[in-house]
Amino acid sequence: METLKQGAIKVVQDSQTSVATVSASQTTATAVRGLETKNVHAWFGKHHVLSDVSLQFPERTVTGLIGPSGCGKSTFIRLLNRMHEFIPSAAMAGQVLQDGQDIYAPDVDAAAIRLKIGMVFQKPNPFPAMNIRENVLSGIKLAHLKVADHDAIVESCLTRAGLWKEVKDRLTATGGSLSGGQQQRLCIARSLAVEPNVLLMDEPCSALDPGSTLRIEETIKELAEKIAVVIVTHNMQQAARVSDFCAFFLTDGGPGYLVEADATKKLFTNPRDTRTADYVQGKFG
Amino acid sequence: MSTVVSNPQSQPVAPQPTTPWKPTRKTQFTGAFSIAVVAIASFAIVLLTGLAGIDGFGLTFLVVFFGATFVRTKRLNPKARKDAMVGVAICAASVLAFFPWMSIFVSVVVKGAKGLQPNFLIENMQLTTPDDELNMGGAAHAIIGSLMMVLIAAAITLPLGILSGVYLTEIRGRLTFLVRFVVQSMSGVPSIVAGLFIYTTFVNYTNSFSGMAGSLALAVLMLPTVARTAEEVMKLVPDDLRSASYALGARQWRTSLMVILPTVRSGLTTAGILGIARVIGETAPLLLTSLSNNSYVFNPIGGPIGSLPTYVFGLLQIGTENSINRAWTGSLVLMLLVLVLFLIARYFGGKANR
Repeated sequence: METLKQGAIKVVQDSQTSVATVSASQTTATAVRGLETKNVHAWFGKHHVLSDVSLQFPERTVTGLIGPSGCGKSTFIRLLNRMHEFIPSAAMAGQVLQDGQDIYAPDVDAAAIRLKIGMVFQKPNPFPAMNIRENVLSGIKLAHLKVADHDAIVESCLTRAGLWKEVKDRLTATGGSLSGGQQQRLCIARSLAVEPNVLLMDEPCSALDPGSTLRIEETIKELAEKIAVVIVTHNMQQAARVSDFCAFFLTDGGPGYLVEADATKKLFTNPRDTRTADYVQGKFG
Repeated sequence: MSTVVSNPQSQPVAPQPTTPWKPTRKTQFTGAFSIAVVAIASFAIVLLTGLAGIDGFGLTFLVVFFGATFVRTKRLNPKARKDAMVGVAICAASVLAFFPWMSIFVSVVVKGAKGLQPNFLIENMQLTTPDDELNMGGAAHAIIGSLMMVLIAAAITLPLGILSGVYLTEIRGRLTFLVRFVVQSMSGVPSIVAGLFIYTTFVNYTNSFSGMAGSLALAVLMLPTVARTAEEVMKLVPDDLRSASYALGARQWRTSLMVILPTVRSGLTTAGILGIARVIGETAPLLLTSLSNNSYVFNPIGGPIGSLPTYVFGLLQIGTENSINRAWTGSLVLMLLVLVLFLIARYFGGKANR
């Protein structure tokens, strides 16, 4: 936990009771703006898949989650915007705080949380019944948001996702007519349109060509001027290029756990744990 | 072709598109030729022996074809031989399955075409007796009645069926098991029981047979088909789309309404068509609910009303030549009606995906 104090981030005084009782105005004073997890665990049925992860994802930062397959990165990122609970046997423990508020508190509206904490999936999933323009605006319609200028949003979101030039003349074509990489950029544009405070990306570039990947990485950096971005990636170079902080997950056959989290530069050049060094140098995983 | 071309530019041979994975002309010709030989041979056998009729020909053809294939593939390896024999068996099985459908379709078209004259579609039977010539009278009243009842039944059933599909696949509430059980047992209800149910409730209550009663009976029969088909097509929607929608902050009902239902639009159209095709030919429940009529009725609660199945049923019972011809034409029109409804639904149902 303390390792993440790099930057000018203050750690919340760890006390579950105080977070639960203090009012909103008090919490904003001390709490991390952005996301924070405290001692998070995850289960599928009796299978313990993630153990005791405490991390911070402050505003205006990009955090990369790295580690071999099956170590719980995707489960962890799905816990951050309450997508975890759609799996029937799922269970969790610990706290996920957004701007100091526990998103798993009983009176919290999960749909409102997901609106503010957006997500881009590994597999492109544009809505097949909508055309490109409707896909970009789908979040606004689905969440009943009031927006003045739809055309401007479509253009700016598609531009930021690096897709505008390719599709500006065929906005009424279906999303399915695009190539896989274009579909993924469409999905990124779609999640930008609702202006989330945090954007979670689960291996967003695994289906993209290098050019598109570069464009997405530029978008991530632009986004990080305002919001927090969390990105799962298996590409070490990508983690090194885009992230300010990195967290390394591992599993020894049991539940996945956090090995270390640090500023990306430090993690890649001078990690505290030898396993991290081995992993980032490509010796295993 | 055998030598390597050292400089491709010296010999500008444009590549020709070929399809090496398809059977060549020669194999196609050999196949057709052997079938023709087998057909002639079996025809000769039928002529010379005691076998007779189309059944005898079919049986002989099958046996001869098996024998011929067995002999023809003698020189091939066992695998190719087995492949050829199984190929013949599968072709025979598919022709066998196709035959009943074909015989129904052809006999309805052939026997019904005689009476399919303009008057059949625009006149009713008010002033015509079933025995009159075929250029008098018609089934317009029955067409209108059938359409009206089926459309009212569809208007009742489609929303209910789609809602139950949404409940079973999207909401997955506590009553999922019960709903699925009820829908499944409803699909096993004999149609006459559905008719009796409406007879003892609606008909007895309103004290009159009516188109509305007929629609309700048809709706009881149509609901399970629509609900099950709707559930099946909605099950096929990948969970990715639900995840994507929820991750955008959508609530469940908006996800169902704006993402799931538009995605399965053509599937829901199919559900409606299957439901309509299921009930449009039902006779038994209509005899207990809407009865029949020889003239136009446009009011669904205005007493007995004509319909194509009861029209056919009534004419068949009279049993004279002209009335039976009329009945065949009625059956043909019934089939055409399903076709027309199918085309209309396809046109509107598939539009979103174009």
